[in-house]
Amino acid sequence: MLKQKYDVIVIGSGPAGLAAAIEAKKTGAEDVLIIERAKELGGILQQCIHNGFGVEILKQDLPGPAYAQRFIDEAEQLGVEVLLDAMVLDISPARHIYAISKWSGFAELDARAIVLSMGCRERTRAQIRIPGTRPAGVYTAGTAQRFVNIEGFMPGKRFVILGSGDIGMIMARRLTFEGAKVERVLEIMPFLTGLIRNYVQCLLDFNIPLQLRHTVSRIIGNSRVEAVEAVQVDDKWQPIPGTEEIIPCDTLLLSVGLIPENELSRKAGVALDPVTGGPYVDEGMQTSVPGIFAAGNVVHVYDLVDWVTEAGFRAGRSAAKFALAERKRAARQVKLQPGDNIRYIVPHVMDKESLAEADQRLQMRVIQPIEDKVWVEVLDGDNLVTRKSQRYVRPGEMVTVDIPQKAYDAVQKADTLTVRVVRR
Amino acid sequence: MAEELTKLICITCPVGCTLEVTHEGKTLIKVEGNQCKKGVDYAEGELTDPRRMVTSTVKVRGGVFPLVPVYTAAPIPKPLIFDLLAELRKVELQAPVKVGQVVLKNALGTGVDILASRNLPAGD
Repeated sequence: MLKQKYDVIVIGSGPAGLAAAIEAKKTGAEDVLIIERAKELGGILQQCIHNGFGVEILKQDLPGPAYAQRFIDEAEQLGVEVLLDAMVLDISPARHIYAISKWSGFAELDARAIVLSMGCRERTRAQIRIPGTRPAGVYTAGTAQRFVNIEGFMPGKRFVILGSGDIGMIMARRLTFEGAKVERVLEIMPFLTGLIRNYVQCLLDFNIPLQLRHTVSRIIGNSRVEAVEAVQVDDKWQPIPGTEEIIPCDTLLLSVGLIPENELSRKAGVALDPVTGGPYVDEGMQTSVPGIFAAGNVVHVYDLVDWVTEAGFRAGRSAAKFALAERKRAARQVKLQPGDNIRYIVPHVMDKESLAEADQRLQMRVIQPIEDKVWVEVLDGDNLVTRKSQRYVRPGEMVTVDIPQKAYDAVQKADTLTVRVVRR
Repeated sequence: MAEELTKLICITCPVGCTLEVTHEGKTLIKVEGNQCKKGVDYAEGELTDPRRMVTSTVKVRGGVFPLVPVYTAAPIPKPLIFDLLAELRKVELQAPVKVGQVVLKNALGTGVDILASRNLPAGD
């Protein structure tokens, strides 16, 4: 039976949502509800049957569904309420939620605090504008992943995969396991966009060729894909004439990026960062709307689920504290500004007092890879606040740096902290 | 046998260290570039007995979905991957399935069990 008012309502039950609900309960929120669109909890983890989940925070190497199950069980034990098969239609800035489901009908709910954890969506053919005909056989990698791993059917026999993101590489291996031939993985960038370990264990292990600086310039076929035309690109991603190659195949998978899913955030009046596509957040994952928090791929796209869970914990803790009126809106915030070779930083702002409680972790992505020792530096103007040495930086791998508690005094003086990556 | 240098990428964790492995045939001499001890174990394994975790699906009767995902409880020898997949195609479970349930014991005599990765309730 649904209540009318909850301390914390979490939207989406992937790793971020599950963690947020668990931590909200543990922090003292009594009534915590998860609203989930699918018929079961766990989000996209249920179709990510490969292993590699939990190495950082559980010290165990688990498949996605097993990782999800840990948190599903914990949420259940803690008494988190769940509304499955339900769609949130609208959220007001005053934290009024409108949802609809086959089971509970139309529901209006009030939340003292909300955690947005809707995850992200795959970029589609339309968004990268591949010319050619429009035959059947063009799928996003995640759709194909669901077909193969959950629904139990193969979308094709002979594949070309565009994009070297993790899902694309993992699907290359998965399809090979199921007897398909993966002709090629094409990547428009001059570097791999997923994790290098996936290049080794998904492509190299099975002799699946990867071509960097290549893209699909045309899809060929009428009712079904018959071939794609691949082409090399120059430094400005323009096709180089004369490098075209026809690759016969019956299916093209797209693994060309993920976009945070923020329609609901927008309706709630949450301000979005055009670089990440997700909400601006502070160190407690609070968005621009007081009492509305966000965590996981809805904020920025992660490469490791472990860090999504961690962000969920953080948001859940903050949301519970807000609901229990312990969390005040920060009066003195410092802005975190991307400097040299940094595309974005999460959080965007930080309460200066937060350093009195704990070190504060910044997560970011670089623009260009540097395969050399670098410093990741946090600066107030020309003054170094803290720095960390790294052996390399790559756009496909999130960079983190902690601002230590001992930097408390230095941060009090700052209005803006800039983070940059420089060669050592 | 002469000393050789082989470059490997460690896949034990998401860091993905580039290892410079000095070896004589299958005998490991030294590893450089690793950030932790797992890198040495990985290099040694790649030289003598490369292994991989394998994840796939098996058929289920009477479940909410027609398949349940499965994984090897420990890495198995790389050359056996496709034999294992062929074995898994013969397996058919009856729902409900519990996470961690043994789907195939001592697969291909490797001593490694195949486990279900999720709960799969019975359904229509």
